Amino acid sequence: MSIKYGLLALLQRGTMYGYQLRTSFEESTGGTWPLNIGQVYTTLSRLERDELVRSLPEHDGGQRPYEITDAGRAELAAWFATPIGRGDRPRDELAIKLALALTTPGVDVPGIIQKQRTATVRMLQEYTRMKQRASGPADLSWRLVLESMIFQAEAEVRWLDHCEASLARHAPLPTPAPQAAPVPEKETEKTT
Amino acid sequence: MSVLELRDVHRTHGHGEATVHAVRGVSLTVRPGELIAVMGPSGSGKSTLLNLAGGLDSPTRGEVAVEGTVLGGLGRKALAALRRRRIGYVFQDLNLLPSLTAAENISLPLELDGAGVRRARRAALTSLAEVELEGYAQRFPDEMSGGQQQRVAIARALVGERRLILADEPTGALDSTTGEAVLRLLRAKVDAGAAGVLVTHEARHAAWADRVVFLRDGVVVDTSGPLAEPEQLLDGAAS
Repeated sequence: MSIKYGLLALLQRGTMYGYQLRTSFEESTGGTWPLNIGQVYTTLSRLERDELVRSLPEHDGGQRPYEITDAGRAELAAWFATPIGRGDRPRDELAIKLALALTTPGVDVPGIIQKQRTATVRMLQEYTRMKQRASGPADLSWRLVLESMIFQAEAEVRWLDHCEASLARHAPLPTPAPQAAPVPEKETEKTT
Repeated sequence: MSVLELRDVHRTHGHGEATVHAVRGVSLTVRPGELIAVMGPSGSGKSTLLNLAGGLDSPTRGEVAVEGTVLGGLGRKALAALRRRRIGYVFQDLNLLPSLTAAENISLPLELDGAGVRRARRAALTSLAEVELEGYAQRFPDEMSGGQQQRVAIARALVGERRLILADEPTGALDSTTGEAVLRLLRAKVDAGAAGVLVTHEARHAAWADRVVFLRDGVVVDTSGPLAEPEQLLDGAAS
C-alpha cells in the first residue's frame, strides 16, 4: 500500500493540513508506520497534481488544509473495493533464506527454524501485550492492525512448524542403509 | 515462593526396547502472577508434562513441588487432597458434569473436601461472578454456550484457595473471539496472583503467556520471554 490511500482515507473524514494528516495516520496504525512530514507533503502534491485532493486557502496560523475531491473519493472507493494481491507484497526473505539453507552445506536448518520461531513468538507476545492495553472502544482501529500482525505472525509460526515436520520426514538419512529391509508380512496385513 | 517447581523431571513409559521417553530432564519454575505456555507438536510431551505438574502422573526421575510440597513424598490420599485444594485443571473437553448446574459443578470439589454446603455455594457464586457469569448459577452445561462452559471450568479451577491453574488446550473448539475471551480471563486470574501453565499448539494463544517453553521429544529446546519493560529492568537492577 502507498501512503496515498492512507491520506485519502483520512481526508474523507474532513479537511486536514499536513501535520494533522501525519499524526492521524500514525494514530490509526498505532505508530507501526511512522511518516516524516516530507513524505506527507510530497504525497499531497502528487495527489493535488492528479486532482484527487485540492488545497484550500491558508489558515491564519499559516497551515494549508486539504480536501478530497470527487475523483479522490472514487479512487479511494475503488481501493477499498479491490482485494490486495499477495504478489503486491515484497518477497518473503525468510522463505528464501530457508530454501537457500536447505541447499547450502553445513547450515543447521532445524536451528534456523527454532531461532526464527522463538523470535516470532516473542514478537507475538509483544503484540498480545499491546492488544491487552488497547481494550477501549476507541482503540478498535489500532486493535485490528495489531490483530493483522498477530495473525500473520501466527501463520509464520505454523509455516515454520510445517517446515520442521517436512524436514523431519524428508531429510536424507545420514548413513543410508545398504539394502532395504524386507517388509514383514504381518506389517502389510495391518491395513486389511 | 514458587507455586510450581519441576526439577530435572523425567517420565518414561514401557521397558527395554519399547521404552518411550515422554519427558526428559525438564526443569521449570512458575511463580505467582506468572503464566507459562508450553508449545510443541503432537507427541512432544506437552500433556505428560502437565499431568506431572498436576500430580496426575508421577515422574520416573526428578521432583515436582507445588507451593513447596514435593508431590513424590505424599501418599495417595494426601496427594488427592492437595490436588483438590491447590490445583485447578481446565481441559479442552470441559469435563463439566452434565447433571449438575454451573454452581454445583464449581462447589463440588469444595464439598468433596469437607466444606459445608453453604460455604461451598458461596465460594462458587463468588467464582462465577469473577468470570462474569453471575446470572448463570442455576444453568446446566447444555444450557450454556461453549465459551460460557469454558468460563465455568475456569471458575471451578480457581475456586477456593487454589493458586495453580493447569490448562490443556482450553480454547479447543471455540471460535477465535470466544477463545480469546477465555485466554483474557486466564491472564486476568494469573495477573491477580495465581500461577498458570497453558499447553497449546497455537502460537497466538501461547503469546498470552509471560514465557513460552518449546518442547521437542520431551526436551525443552528453547524458551521465549517477552522483552522486559523499563520498570522490570529497574526492578532487576534494584534486587
